[in-house]
Amino acid sequence: MNILSAFVVVLLVMLVVVFMIPGEKKNAIRWTMAAGSFVLLGMAIYLVKDFLDWKSLNPTEQFYNAGLDPITWYEGVINIKFAVGVDGVSVAMIMLSAIVVITGVFASFAVEDKAKEYFLWFIMLSIGVFGFFISVDLFTMFLFYEVALIPMYLLIGVWGSGNKEYSAMKLTLMLMGGSAFLMVGIFGIYYFSAEDGGALTFNIEEIAANAAMPVEWQRIFFPLTFVGFGVLGAMFPFHTWSPDGHASAPTAVSMLHAGVLMKLGGYGCFRVAMTLMPEACQEQAWIFIVLTGISVVYGAFSACVQNDLKYINAYSSVSHCGLVLFALLMMNQTAMTGAILQMLSHGLMTALFFALIGMIYGQTHTRDIRYLGGLMQVMPFLCVCYVIAGMASLGLPGLSGFVAEMTIFVGSFAHEDLFHRVIVIAGCTSIVITAVYILRVVGKILFGPLYKIEKVDGKFNYLSEHNGEVHHYPLRDAIWYEKIATVGLIVSIAIIGLYPVWISDMISKSLEAVAALLN
Amino acid sequence: MEAFASISHIILALPFLMFIFLGLCGNKLFKSNPNVAGWIGTAGLSVVAIVSYYIAIQYFWFEGKGSDSYQQFVLFNYEWLKMTDNLVISIGFMLDPISAMMLVVISTVSLMVHIYSLGYMHGEEGFQRYYAVLSLFTFAMMGLVVATNIFQMYIFWELVGVSSFLLISFYFIKPSAVAAAKKAFIVTRFADMFFLVGILILSYYTNTFDFLKLTAVSDGHATLVNNTMCGMTFMGLSVTSIAMFLIFLGGAGKSAMFPFHIWLPDAMEGPTPASALIHAATMVVAGVFLVARMFPVYFFEAHDVLTIIGYIGAFTSLFAAIIACTQTDIKRVLAFSTISQIAYMFVALAVSGYASEHEECLGYTASMWHLFTHAMFKACLFLGAGCIIHAVHSNEMNAMGNLRKFMPIAHITFLVSCLAIAGILPFSGFFSKDEILVAAFEHDKVLYACQAFVAGLTAFYMFRLYFRIFWYSENPAHEHHTPHEAPMNMNIPLIVLSVFTCFTWLDKVFPFFPEKITADRVGYELETNWTIAIASILVAVVGIAIAWVLYKVKNDKPDMIAGKVKCLYISASHRFYIDEIYLFITRKIIFGGICVAIAWFDRHIIDGFMNLLAWISRELSYDIRDVQSGNVQQYAMGFLLGVLAIALFAIYY
Repeated sequence: MNILSAFVVVLLVMLVVVFMIPGEKKNAIRWTMAAGSFVLLGMAIYLVKDFLDWKSLNPTEQFYNAGLDPITWYEGVINIKFAVGVDGVSVAMIMLSAIVVITGVFASFAVEDKAKEYFLWFIMLSIGVFGFFISVDLFTMFLFYEVALIPMYLLIGVWGSGNKEYSAMKLTLMLMGGSAFLMVGIFGIYYFSAEDGGALTFNIEEIAANAAMPVEWQRIFFPLTFVGFGVLGAMFPFHTWSPDGHASAPTAVSMLHAGVLMKLGGYGCFRVAMTLMPEACQEQAWIFIVLTGISVVYGAFSACVQNDLKYINAYSSVSHCGLVLFALLMMNQTAMTGAILQMLSHGLMTALFFALIGMIYGQTHTRDIRYLGGLMQVMPFLCVCYVIAGMASLGLPGLSGFVAEMTIFVGSFAHEDLFHRVIVIAGCTSIVITAVYILRVVGKILFGPLYKIEKVDGKFNYLSEHNGEVHHYPLRDAIWYEKIATVGLIVSIAIIGLYPVWISDMISKSLEAVAALLN
Repeated sequence: MEAFASISHIILALPFLMFIFLGLCGNKLFKSNPNVAGWIGTAGLSVVAIVSYYIAIQYFWFEGKGSDSYQQFVLFNYEWLKMTDNLVISIGFMLDPISAMMLVVISTVSLMVHIYSLGYMHGEEGFQRYYAVLSLFTFAMMGLVVATNIFQMYIFWELVGVSSFLLISFYFIKPSAVAAAKKAFIVTRFADMFFLVGILILSYYTNTFDFLKLTAVSDGHATLVNNTMCGMTFMGLSVTSIAMFLIFLGGAGKSAMFPFHIWLPDAMEGPTPASALIHAATMVVAGVFLVARMFPVYFFEAHDVLTIIGYIGAFTSLFAAIIACTQTDIKRVLAFSTISQIAYMFVALAVSGYASEHEECLGYTASMWHLFTHAMFKACLFLGAGCIIHAVHSNEMNAMGNLRKFMPIAHITFLVSCLAIAGILPFSGFFSKDEILVAAFEHDKVLYACQAFVAGLTAFYMFRLYFRIFWYSENPAHEHHTPHEAPMNMNIPLIVLSVFTCFTWLDKVFPFFPEKITADRVGYELETNWTIAIASILVAVVGIAIAWVLYKVKNDKPDMIAGKVKCLYISASHRFYIDEIYLFITRKIIFGGICVAIAWFDRHIIDGFMNLLAWISRELSYDIRDVQSGNVQQYAMGFLLGVLAIALFAIYY
């Protein structure tokens, strides 16, 4: 069987198996999920090796289809094929998805309520994500994109917390609004995918090779496509679904959403909008550079005054994902490599953040930093992990954030135009603001004396006042499955941070052709 | 050379591995006996120190000498991250006179602090964590000084910053310690942003990060920078100057130069030995080291920046010295003294020439030499202060007095170090400070006058500290318990460091470092300029004498004098309100103004617009809903009207 389509097949098998297991057997469901995601992770690691072997033999080719030729789904008015192929960028994204999925599964072990249905939707979401990254056919790509979006509504609306119905609706509507733009863009690309009289195609490789789209049409479809994907990439001013959505989503859904789903946006902007419409991209890039530049600084400033941990992290994601699109639009190989590294790094560390926030929230029943303090004495393991996540986020060398940000800054600064370089300098201020909001949280909730926490017989209780009544929530440190989830993510972050050269090489080599095309 | 290359790995690898080991399993493995973690750390660091000494000795006396100058060796250089073909971040090991000297400084002070902490930190919660972070710091600092490229330096620069954060916030339950750690990290991070932008500009034009290429000199120019950046201007300023100034700002942040000095006094919240290592001897001189590393570029291509550095340094040294005279927390006095002394080093660099001929680069040599001597005596002072704090359980001068009777070893070593920092012959500070003054005198009389005055102030406030601690009153504060001498493992480091301080004059006998550390790496013979030396000793003696009169026995003269210059005294004791200005800008303007406004804008305007869209479509839907009422009469009406409209249209159009 083909390794690429196997990702989707394994998930489909998981879907069927979980469906067959009766809902009461929660442990059986959990372990099926764990086993399945282990298989996915193993396949992702194998794929990296396989891809690197193939790339060393075929240095000039872009996509590796692992021997699977396009399969026709529908032929007639439009040509739809199931076509797979990966390059260094998608391999990195698949690796990221596999890591986030497996850690997300472990972080979801705590879900008790309707666990079966929860995991079914979780698998659907994963199918969408993996399917999107392996596709090279615009139609199937779009299909998987939608498959990934729909489960979000139910996962947030049913298993979420707080103002969940509102958030779920808002998130879905905004992202669906984005995909409406996107659909127009994709059909536009399709109708100009070949010279007059040629066979129209959805295949990205063929479209790029034909390069048949006239510039005047590109000018219309490029912004549609870019904004369509940009909504999911939390581009200013289309980012407001993100804080509400994340705040209401259950832990693993936040992880998967911020960790992987938001990357669909950046990846789509790059793979579809930019590479298929390079001329319009060059003309209009400055508009989006300004918007994403605003995202970077604006998100960071907004994060400084939030009181809900998830809001802080959501705005920080706006800032970090802004940096992804910002660097992509600089259109040189180094900056784009940095952008992909940033997707990877942001995916891992934000998943870690949301996992940790979920674990803390699960015990204290509050995420408001004004009502938390001194957690380091209570749950040292989780808090040390939180500090590490924070350090990764503010770009400490040795963790992944530094590698990504520095590649972005050096690459973007290599732009020959002065205006772009000045904007990069403005973007650099984000490294200070990031430090401010990260340390604000660390100093407030982790360090300092115990706040609203009492110690009874060596055990800690969180005192929560609600309608004049005081609730005592017992506190504990991480348990085994939480440790697996956090340690898995930290190890991945540290591997990229300590020895980045292999992964940056893998990504960079696949971007050579694209960068040449864009210049 | 080959022998070097293989053993030099130990200097970076061993502290890193110790950090990983102690950090990951220190708590579990040594739960019952945390001291083992300390011993492991100390043993590992002893190995590092031995290797460092071996490399330094081999370098200075045997391997390093080239035909006319000391060579720069790159012992290893591993590609870490490749950005473009030319812009590659490597992790490497460069050996040249200043990095060899720094190896000695760091390993000596770090080893002493490791030993000292075995006693000082005994029984503290988080003992293992403390040693893990010390190892991390040593690793980062070593990596910083041996960096082969400016980005490697930046990497380790950030790492020393975070180890500083972790050590300041060691007592993380104390809110003041947490606040101090945050402040230190954010202020230095703010400066690092300028450093980063400076690196970006420099590397954009020169297309390299490599120090060897950047600092290569020929025909009176830093060749590469001159070729690629000469004549470039941005808004009327030379791009080279802008870049080099930004890089200096990074150094100013780490080295606590005005106006970035505010974090250092607060950083004293950390454990005292950590302050001795990081905030007195090693990390805070990183900025000086950075300017020294890039010295050819500063000197030849951005000399205006060098002049600015000199004046910033002179101002900072004066400013900090005045504040030091009014502080009552002994660690804060030492902190301001550190700021003042580091500023001295910057001044020395600014008044230096490049060539070794005719002692032109005396300032450079003096700066590096002062860095060396200062590290030793200031670490000794801090460790001594640690012993005292240990004994009286307070940082405040008022709780001390008359301690010489109880703590003779701390007393003698503290006195030696005070004499050194005051610049009294024959202690180490005399030689280094005297050369700085000579260089300043020859280059710029204003700077000389300022630094000479600061030398007097230094002698005054250090002896104020000394007399207040060891003489002054028959102490009321320690009635309830008798202060006692610290244990041996705390005293040995004091003795070792004061021996360094006492016997550096032996460099006249054994050819030791100073003459070998020059900007162009050509060694020369140092001469002491006795005219200036005697003048500076006199100034110091006057300072000491004033302190003697005011503080040897308790009297009301100090209060009287403070009353006379009340305005100056109060503002100096409040550190000239710089912290308040910062607080106003950050809290009120940035946080309260910008951040809150942006967050409000986001929630109400941007998000409000999205909600408005949703609201409009919902309201419209409610309105349109009536069309689909299921009422047949209404449908028929609509049908008829439609037909009529089409008919009219067809007829008249």
